[in-house]
Amino acid sequence: MKNEWPLWEIFIRGQHGMSHRHVGSLHAPDAEMAIKNARDVYTRRNEGVSIWVVEANHIAASSPSDKGPLYEPSESKVYRHPTFFDIPDEVGAM
Amino acid sequence: MYAQMIKSEATQDDPEKLAAFQARIDAGEKIEPKDWMPEGYRKTLIRQIGQHAHSEIVGQLPEGNWITRAPTLERKAILLAKVQDEAGHGLYLYCAAETLGVSRDEITEMLLDGRMKYSSIFNYPTLNWADIGAVGWLVDGAAIMNQVPLQRTSFGPYSRAMIRICKEESFHQRQGYDAIRKMAEGTPEQKKMAQDALNRLWYPSLMMFGPSDKDSVHSAQSMAWKIKMNTNDELRQKFVDQTVPQAEYLGLTVPDPDLKWNEERGHYDYTDPDWSEFFDVIKGNGPCNVDRLAARNKAWDDGKWVRDGLLAHARKKAARKHAAE
Repeated sequence: MKNEWPLWEIFIRGQHGMSHRHVGSLHAPDAEMAIKNARDVYTRRNEGVSIWVVEANHIAASSPSDKGPLYEPSESKVYRHPTFFDIPDEVGAM
Repeated sequence: MYAQMIKSEATQDDPEKLAAFQARIDAGEKIEPKDWMPEGYRKTLIRQIGQHAHSEIVGQLPEGNWITRAPTLERKAILLAKVQDEAGHGLYLYCAAETLGVSRDEITEMLLDGRMKYSSIFNYPTLNWADIGAVGWLVDGAAIMNQVPLQRTSFGPYSRAMIRICKEESFHQRQGYDAIRKMAEGTPEQKKMAQDALNRLWYPSLMMFGPSDKDSVHSAQSMAWKIKMNTNDELRQKFVDQTVPQAEYLGLTVPDPDLKWNEERGHYDYTDPDWSEFFDVIKGNGPCNVDRLAARNKAWDDGKWVRDGLLAHARKKAARKHAAE
């Protein structure tokens, strides 16, 4: 059996009120050690108040070749943005 | 530069795909791990990022050598934090290399059996405390020169690792300059030690940028791919221009009798290092090559039971949890 520690993706909440953000990855034998290692590798200068770890092979990702079908449809839907609509000045802020 | 003499790999890919790839790079787009990339780009990057990572890890050895003998508790805590940063920098870079399809164990083993290199600078010894100051000032100073432009490199994970590293690296250079300044402003004996450290580490630091441009035949492809942002001589000149006034402030003399300001060029003229020494160190004949590799091999071998034990424990725990469900 291959004896390399699995790869974990690390997510850190930088400050209270912010969402967790991907910061990098590291190897660890289990989740508990991954959190301990993440603390040493990614928060040496107060970069975080909370850590999530996810084993890398549990992450499903979209493929670069799907870029067109996935994201192009939204390009033509300019009416999704508030600036699409003209509101008369007399109406005031909206 | 932490990556020296990286030979760009030849690429035999579909010319149309190659052109589209180059266009993305020229447009300033970042290449991400799952994107199509030429085999040569992938292989060259694995070698370059790998060598950079190995340099961070091996670079802990000359400095770690002085942690227990730092002159004060404060200097000891600072050096400890700095060496811990180097371990972190190595890890960021290994992770970036791994996104290109090489495993951590593979890349580690390539260092341990000599198939991959680390920067020539770490094959020089740190003989006394002044050397620790000089290493931070000169070696980290030279590394920053190279790493700042690499933040804009075309490969996303490499660029992100460089951004993180650069944020932390300036502490390294400043603590080094602060340590050597203390000695340069100290007793005559201390000042002599500071001068001696500069004398020994000046040329090895200049060598960090790699051979002179006229002998560096592999740059063009790497520069087109934006995995090398400046030529070796450009960066070396920048380093000399930045460092000479810093030495002057300390009252230390750069060990180059021909060093002088060239008003016309707007740069210092300086003497190139002895390139035969550089190639000799790269080949394995530097003062510490054997020690460095032996220390890394010992750490890897001695750590095996820990790596295996922790993994066995994790598997057992997972199996138990599975059985209970």
